[in-house]
Amino acid sequence: MRHLANAAALTAILALVLAQPGAAQPAAPDELRVCADPNNLPFSNSAKEGFEDKVADLLAQKLGKRLSYVWWAQRRGFVRHTLNAGQCELVMGVPVGYGHLETTVPYYRSTYVFVSRQARHLDLASIMDERLRTLTIGVHLIGDDGNNPPPAHALGARGIVDNVRGYPIYGDYREPNPPARLIEAVESGEIDVAAAWGPLGGYFAKNSKVPLTVTPIKDGDKFAPQVFKFDIAMGVRKGDDQLRDQLNALISQNHEEITTLLRAYGVPLVEIQHTAAGN
Amino acid sequence: MLVRAPQRLPFGIVLASFLAYLPLECLAQGSPNSADHSALADRMKDAAQWPMPARDYANTRYSDLDQINTTNASQLQLAWTFSVGVDRGQEAAPIIVDGTMYVVGPYAGPYPNRVFALDATTGELKWSYAPRPEPAAAGVACCDVVNRGLAFDNDKVFLNTLDNHTVAIDANTGKEVWHTKLGEINRGETITMAPVVAKGKVLVGNSGGEMGVRGWLTALDENTGAIVWRAYSTGPDKDVLIGDDFKPFYENLRGKDLGVKTWPADRWQVGGGTVWGWISYDPELNLLYYGTANPSPWNANQRSGDNLWSTTIFARDADTGRAKWAYQVNPHDLFDHDEINENVLVDLQVNGATRKVLIHPGRNGYMYVIDRTTGEVLSADAFDFINAYKGVDLKTGKIIPNDEMTPVLGKTIDNVCPSAPGAKDWQPTAWSPRTKLLYVPHQHLCMNFKASEVGYIAATPFVGADVDMYAGPGGYRGEFMAWDPVAKKKVWEIHEKFPVWTGTLVTAGDVAFYGTMDRLFKAVDAKTGNVLWQFRAGSGFIGQPVSYRGSDGQQYIAILSGVGGWPGVVANAEVDPRVRNSALGFTGATQDLPFYTAGGSELLVFKLPRANTAADHPSSGSNSQGNNNAAPR
Repeated sequence: MRHLANAAALTAILALVLAQPGAAQPAAPDELRVCADPNNLPFSNSAKEGFEDKVADLLAQKLGKRLSYVWWAQRRGFVRHTLNAGQCELVMGVPVGYGHLETTVPYYRSTYVFVSRQARHLDLASIMDERLRTLTIGVHLIGDDGNNPPPAHALGARGIVDNVRGYPIYGDYREPNPPARLIEAVESGEIDVAAAWGPLGGYFAKNSKVPLTVTPIKDGDKFAPQVFKFDIAMGVRKGDDQLRDQLNALISQNHEEITTLLRAYGVPLVEIQHTAAGN
Repeated sequence: MLVRAPQRLPFGIVLASFLAYLPLECLAQGSPNSADHSALADRMKDAAQWPMPARDYANTRYSDLDQINTTNASQLQLAWTFSVGVDRGQEAAPIIVDGTMYVVGPYAGPYPNRVFALDATTGELKWSYAPRPEPAAAGVACCDVVNRGLAFDNDKVFLNTLDNHTVAIDANTGKEVWHTKLGEINRGETITMAPVVAKGKVLVGNSGGEMGVRGWLTALDENTGAIVWRAYSTGPDKDVLIGDDFKPFYENLRGKDLGVKTWPADRWQVGGGTVWGWISYDPELNLLYYGTANPSPWNANQRSGDNLWSTTIFARDADTGRAKWAYQVNPHDLFDHDEINENVLVDLQVNGATRKVLIHPGRNGYMYVIDRTTGEVLSADAFDFINAYKGVDLKTGKIIPNDEMTPVLGKTIDNVCPSAPGAKDWQPTAWSPRTKLLYVPHQHLCMNFKASEVGYIAATPFVGADVDMYAGPGGYRGEFMAWDPVAKKKVWEIHEKFPVWTGTLVTAGDVAFYGTMDRLFKAVDAKTGNVLWQFRAGSGFIGQPVSYRGSDGQQYIAILSGVGGWPGVVANAEVDPRVRNSALGFTGATQDLPFYTAGGSELLVFKLPRANTAADHPSSGSNSQGNNNAAPR
């Protein structure tokens, strides 16, 4: 027989490790359940410090519901194991048109950016910049052929290969916010420039000890069908039209407050780029 | 500290086993350290047993039992069943040693990768063992929860857990003897392959190339779990265990540090080439053989070069791990064509001379016959419809790419065959020394390739490759066929609705067995391909059939039922089948699977009715080992 204390400890760990799809309960009427990554700032974390957590909080307040979380690393199978397994009703960030669920209207639009040390005065804005042939550039790696971020594709298409460094987006999950290693590599001088998704680059640059410059990549259109700007929406289960419609209304009613919140996290918003930088 | 406890421990068995255990342990230590005479090698000669998933070091999956034959197979009936408790993909082969069957479940449910010891004749549960998973965060190993089976040697059962532990379990008591952590699940590393024991070493390889993992094969001391050697699949020669004694047959594979030089900059550091398939061993040559997976996770346009030693067949010294030769199957792979498939070791008549060869049914659709002493490709012939390549140049050993089918950014390429899982994936073949045929379960799929699917990982959006798979020419998606490697042609074929994702087994009764994803387990005449018998099970099949002799003298056939794996995830894990390209494109190819099956977890064991077997002569094969842990009941 297994020792009882042992069994209890095991059960506790298993509950953490192996949340079981299929064992899902329906949400209580006064509850808004969000599925989120517990370790991925600036989006979300288990201390609820991400901007997605703050937006979720705002929505729950407006809906008069109690906010609760199901934590799951946002990787392949995330939607399958969480939202579509009935563990929650809402995922706070997905690109518009994401096939596995139904998306709301977008609540922000951001862009891939270059992140470099301010002291370098690189002021990179173009993916066609000739300096990219010699600078050491960091990109995230996501998966096999074709499944990588747009700057990785574009640089490869330009024949810029040898000076590109890869940072697996998955990183080491025991460390905080694994995708942030790419921005830290700019801070430490390991690389000259990172080509990163805006919200991540913007937030970590803002909080960096070394002053960093964040500039939107302006001319990704040349590499269609790759795109460098994405509309980000919330996701609900297919057919959950009632919640989607409620969220759509809340997104438009609270647009200003949400935008202020995103700005506070350093999220590069595409509209801001157009007006402020005048590109 | 991990604590792994057996669940049940009848005192009688412990005592009886303990008494039987001591002398054998002494004997084993005193015996010469030659694989030819090892207890494990002897078990491979004993038809009553099935001591490793591939049955023997040559990976033949051939049983010398002939009680079940082409005239009586139609009368096969269920002997007993057992549930492993978790309705996910069941890819494991049960192994049978001295009348006990050991089987492992997938990494899911309350007891992931649970191991069960059963009386192989009666099905009675002797013990079970549940490894305690690492407290990794939910979702870090999102996709693959299958386990392909256990290994056995010297009274120990060896288990690989998905969270990268190799565990030695006392075969008699179910108590843990040692465990060694080999990788880090929090970095995307996992283990799904079945370990293989050779010369006192447990051989284990990793999975997770898509996550930025660098592939390796590791040898552990079977008594202590200490790492003896580790051979990486990419990087400098010292990491790949390449030295002066490395003699690849082909010129392009000779040179220093090719595992670095055939990649831009430092790409090899996260270069893939994982080792999640099968290992064979030739005791005479003292060489291990295995294949490595595709290069990843870089875009093809960011990893110019051949990307050695990805998609490579290695021959390594079993004692030191040092590479003796290597052959790269798909230089600069573009299609996710891993070459982890099995290498079946046989002696063949090639151009009038007997050659020691390995047969490698390539994921790329070519059936390779390679001289296993030198690494020379003797023949490579298409066994399925191929247009992604134009053949294999036997002078250079190089595959000839079809430039029209090369995926390019922004270009849609239609009708690439074979598709990403290849013409054949992990599902292992069987070789009959009687018919001299290789029995090949495989898929028959083509794909469209374009960049347009929006992806989102760790809150990072991207436009990914949209891979849509569908049935190849003829409209069927799977095939079970017999291949003559000397005549280099198919002898017979059976088309199936779905990819044939099970392994296979062939016997001295000239019966071959395989299963289908639409729940049929079939016995076919190994000479003609005529279906002799079929059984409709609770769930689809993606497992590995095995055969053994029970203590009652009867021949048994066992396989796990329970659909899943890459093509089956649609049926058991609630992928939306309306989305043709979820599950990396496979859902399109198996979209209708939920109309045929749901998940399952049942071990099925078959035999002939008693009256039928009484008239038969006793089956061949003898137990040269004698009982060691039998614990008579």
